[in-house]
Amino acid sequence: MATVPDPVSALLDKALVAELTVIDGHGRPVTYPLIPLWDGEKVYLTSSTLFSRKLEHIKGNPKVSVSITDPVATDGSLDRATIQGDARVIEEDPHGGWERLLPIWEAKEPSIVYFLKARVALPLFFERALIEVTPHRVLYWADGDAHHAPVVTAAGEEAA
Amino acid sequence: MPTKDTPAHDSTDGRTATIDARTGLDKLATYPYQIATWVDDAGYPVSVAVEAQMDPAGLTATFDAPAGMDVPTVPTDRAISLTGSHIRPQPGYGYDERRHVTVWGPATRSVDSLTLSARTAWGWDEAEVPFFEYSERSVGQSRRYFDALSAERGTPVKPKLSFGFLTLRTTRLPFLTATIIPVVLGILIAASHGHFDLAAAVLTIVGASFVQLGLNVANDVFDTVQGADDANVTPTQFSGGSRVIQYGLVSLRQMATLATVFYVLAGIIGLVLLATHGSTALLVIGVVGFIVSLGYTAPPLKFVYRGLGEIAVAIGFGPLMLLGAYVVQTGGALAWEPFVASIPIALLVALILYVNEIPDRRGDARVGKRTLPVRFSERTVITGYNVAAAAAFVALVAGVVAGLLPVPALAMLLTMPMARRVSRGLAPNYDNPYDLMAIMGVNVQLHMRAGLLLLAAYVVVLIVGALAPGASLFLVR
Repeated sequence: MATVPDPVSALLDKALVAELTVIDGHGRPVTYPLIPLWDGEKVYLTSSTLFSRKLEHIKGNPKVSVSITDPVATDGSLDRATIQGDARVIEEDPHGGWERLLPIWEAKEPSIVYFLKARVALPLFFERALIEVTPHRVLYWADGDAHHAPVVTAAGEEAA
Repeated sequence: MPTKDTPAHDSTDGRTATIDARTGLDKLATYPYQIATWVDDAGYPVSVAVEAQMDPAGLTATFDAPAGMDVPTVPTDRAISLTGSHIRPQPGYGYDERRHVTVWGPATRSVDSLTLSARTAWGWDEAEVPFFEYSERSVGQSRRYFDALSAERGTPVKPKLSFGFLTLRTTRLPFLTATIIPVVLGILIAASHGHFDLAAAVLTIVGASFVQLGLNVANDVFDTVQGADDANVTPTQFSGGSRVIQYGLVSLRQMATLATVFYVLAGIIGLVLLATHGSTALLVIGVVGFIVSLGYTAPPLKFVYRGLGEIAVAIGFGPLMLLGAYVVQTGGALAWEPFVASIPIALLVALILYVNEIPDRRGDARVGKRTLPVRFSERTVITGYNVAAAAAFVALVAGVVAGLLPVPALAMLLTMPMARRVSRGLAPNYDNPYDLMAIMGVNVQLHMRAGLLLLAAYVVVLIVGALAPGASLFLVR
């Protein structure tokens, strides 16, 4: 069963960048632009250990959101979405565990495979954790215009 | 790798990118829309794209209230944020032009609009801080991550590299050309003088290589202990050390052990050569070579910290290597020819260090590593390069004219355009370590190709000597 409405699924497939928002220790939202990797059920993002503050925040509070807002990064799509969900940090093997998502990543950033082969140049960049986001609630703006209320869907349900 | 080629878009860390609220609003105003974000009543973040009007002087941003959404406003103490994010897709490749900024503050409502009073901000723009520098500034965060993970698991968790990559990085193996060229040249000159012992030649090359590997690794140990490598946030492929200690790939103790092993191996080979081909000259060269090698960064000598690194490198990778290899073959007999041949090689190898110190100069200055680029102005440093590079070619020609070097050695002049390219590339890239990388690469190639041409010249001498024993390739002899 699809966990997000079809148009949002299409956005996730296309988007070169999304905004992951986590909540820091002071209850403040902190937003990070990242590549969203969508397997049809969950949203995955990866974080280098170099920029791992977001992982600390998620471990402290797993409630996150993933937004797709940039038409330039979605091949001109005007619609926008925010997916609220619960995140889990997967870090059993920071050296290579994340590579299982490489095919989806490569589809969005073909050069990543080349850079991975040259990981000696920037070894810590390729020490990475996975962030797995299970969708909980989806807000969708068909025309991207916030002057209209979003269509709100609980994950796994038909749009209300 | 050029900056635009860097992968992924997660280069964000609060500790390295805090900016003031006004700057944050100035930057936010450059984005076509902003993403308003807050934490909803269920405790989840929620984001919506808005078009805000910035007033950086008044430290506010105003935007239409999103329809159907309950944005927390004063008197709640829940901060909201506005984020701008930009990326330029490069189809078939990836993307570039990454930048983002976030401003936080409380919001107030006025009929249909919301006004955020900016309090704090952070962001990153790769046009201002290149990705590699940003990554380097974030190494501490990676260390904290692995420390925390290790504590959580109760066992050490470290970053990894394959054995091959780790060996390459730790020993800086590709730089061995700095040793191999003068040593082989010394052996070829000795051969042209009628002395050649293959086993001794191989032992000399291996032993000298161990000296350089020991130096490379010891350099990282002492630069780490003295803070130079930690202070350097713009290392490149050619400068700033191997970084394996900083990255947590190899411990300081392991590196110290490795340096010791290399020096011990070099010492054993040196003793074997002394026992089998020993001479006073070889003993002196070996002892001086060891002192120069270890004293390059190690206290109390630490030549490179005193602006003497270039002289140490010139002596070590010029006359000492070349004459050392020569006297092993000749049983101690010295000659002017190998010494003169070592001069251009010495100058060009010193210039590798000299140029590679340019991107390190800010970090070096912070820890009192007073290299020549730290001590002198850009103009003086570039003039110094020109003078030393010219001197290398003048020394070569003078050696040929004086009959001390063979005429085919003039082929080394073919590398003059490379020196010119380096000279011309220094000024425009002086303040950009990553753009300077290509110039540093040419400079390394200059030494290698000049050296190979000198080697080729002596191969010609040996061939001609074998085919026409009476013929001379020297102008005066």
